[in-house]
Amino acid sequence: MSRGILLYAEVTRQGFIHTVFFELANKAVELSKKLDNAPITAVIFAQKDMIADYKDGFVKSGIDKVFVYDGFEKYSTETYTNIIVDLVREIDPEIILIGATNQGRDLAPRVSSALHTGLTADCIGLDINDKGRLAATRPTFGGQLMATILCNRDPQMATVRPKVFKPASVDNVRDTEFIYKTSDENADNVELVDFIKGLEDLKNELDSAQVIVAGGKGMKGEDGFKMLQTLADKLGGVVGASRGAVDLGIAPHTIQIGQTGKTVTPKLYIACAISGAIQHTVGITGSDYIIGINKDPNAPIFDVCDLGIVGDVFDVVPKLIDMLETI
Amino acid sequence: MKIALCVKQVPDTTDIKWTENNTMKREGVESIINPYDIYALEQALKLKKMTGAEITVFTMGPLQAADMLKEIIALGADKGVLISDKKFAGSDTYATGKTVSTAIKKVLPDFDVILCGQFAVDGDTAQTGPCIANMLNIPQITYVKEINEFEQGTITATRLLDDGLEIVKVKTPALLCVLKSEFEPTRAKINDIIKAQDSEIQVVTLETLGLLPEEVGIKGSPTCVSKAFRPEVKHNCEKFFENGAETIFAKLKEIGVVK
Repeated sequence: MSRGILLYAEVTRQGFIHTVFFELANKAVELSKKLDNAPITAVIFAQKDMIADYKDGFVKSGIDKVFVYDGFEKYSTETYTNIIVDLVREIDPEIILIGATNQGRDLAPRVSSALHTGLTADCIGLDINDKGRLAATRPTFGGQLMATILCNRDPQMATVRPKVFKPASVDNVRDTEFIYKTSDENADNVELVDFIKGLEDLKNELDSAQVIVAGGKGMKGEDGFKMLQTLADKLGGVVGASRGAVDLGIAPHTIQIGQTGKTVTPKLYIACAISGAIQHTVGITGSDYIIGINKDPNAPIFDVCDLGIVGDVFDVVPKLIDMLETI
Repeated sequence: MKIALCVKQVPDTTDIKWTENNTMKREGVESIINPYDIYALEQALKLKKMTGAEITVFTMGPLQAADMLKEIIALGADKGVLISDKKFAGSDTYATGKTVSTAIKKVLPDFDVILCGQFAVDGDTAQTGPCIANMLNIPQITYVKEINEFEQGTITATRLLDDGLEIVKVKTPALLCVLKSEFEPTRAKINDIIKAQDSEIQVVTLETLGLLPEEVGIKGSPTCVSKAFRPEVKHNCEKFFENGAETIFAKLKEIGVVK
């Protein structure tokens, strides 16, 4: 049997296991089959009495063993790094997968560096190659090129972009073993003084939105985005923006979609005056249905659209808003 | 106070053309300062204003990158260090972290703060900063929107995260990775640009660092690219040149978004 896959189970500020963990778990089950049924292990920093709440999630998503560190609920880059490094030295996994969340991307490079190994960031594809090594695929150059990366040392590490892989199905039930560990690590050099919720609510809305109306450089100004907001309101959706619009300063970067922004998976995505650079489209191709409105019939956005409207947004969108008003 | 500012020269990614073999067409592609690093510089200048700090800017790259260092000196940095050696070529984030952290230890061992951009727009890995922090055994703050305060060896900074803003305090020495923010970056004055042309750039080679050839570049990199390819696109878009609003309206009804 192979040495195993270790997954990081991030606990969110609200006290839930981050959804990306279940996506990692599902992928790990698939990878494990190609690695002689390598055992799948998870590490979580959580209070012992919370495990009852989390247990089902681990059992149903195919996790063989969970290492629980009680007493470290407050995230600390250095403490978490030191503890994970110690655990890795003990259980010697060949692969470590971490969600590419803010916390994951803060933690993972610290861990990989301490283990003197490589890390592939923000992956959108994972596979095992014919030599039994992890082949991790990620976008580079703003999503214009995909690169498959191999690591010649162990453990092989990757952070995985949320919402790219499907979450674990509930039929991977295992007889999960929970192991409670302690540590005297206490490298507390960073103090959290305050947390202000709210500013990024828009971004969270993008995460769960069923309808997204997004604007690009061609929206020209904030008034253009107000018009998109009206359309979004009519459709029960939210507004997003391309990097072009954000760089122009006509939309806040909190609503940026694409390689350096959010990946979104709504039912309906309407791209207004977005040319469709791959750095944008890489973040929207998981949408069920994509409508593009652009003056340029050759705009690359139409390559990812289901329905393309060649026309001026300032002509099409107000008309559409009027039509929606009459129903 | 001493600040080490780490910057990277990157190809202008908004402007890349690709060959059929998925290599970049180098001709006519401009090299620019990684946009995130400009915001790291802004925060360095802010600290300089608060404390009179000295800013030493580090970059790893070919000898031509000296021009970029001079550009940053024109914008207000004090010294430039170019980490340059053919043996550094092909470094991944681990090898880069090792090389840059060793250079900082050599050239500026008594630094208080290291500032980096959160991402480089070519690789988007966001890893080199934390790697440097780990190798220098100092705390890190990622996703920094701005530095609020520096008092008695402690930096207070605001982090912009997916679910909100965090205000954090960290004791120096520390490394901060800076995000883009809303304000317009400083532009260099012509006099400063002229003056910066004469500034001396310290060049640091493998020999200066005292590392072994197998610790740097491709040999010192645990990861390698095994395959590169352009993302696939679908080509079944139904295009309409007229009656845009009507067409969308009908489609919204069809897919059930509008009842």
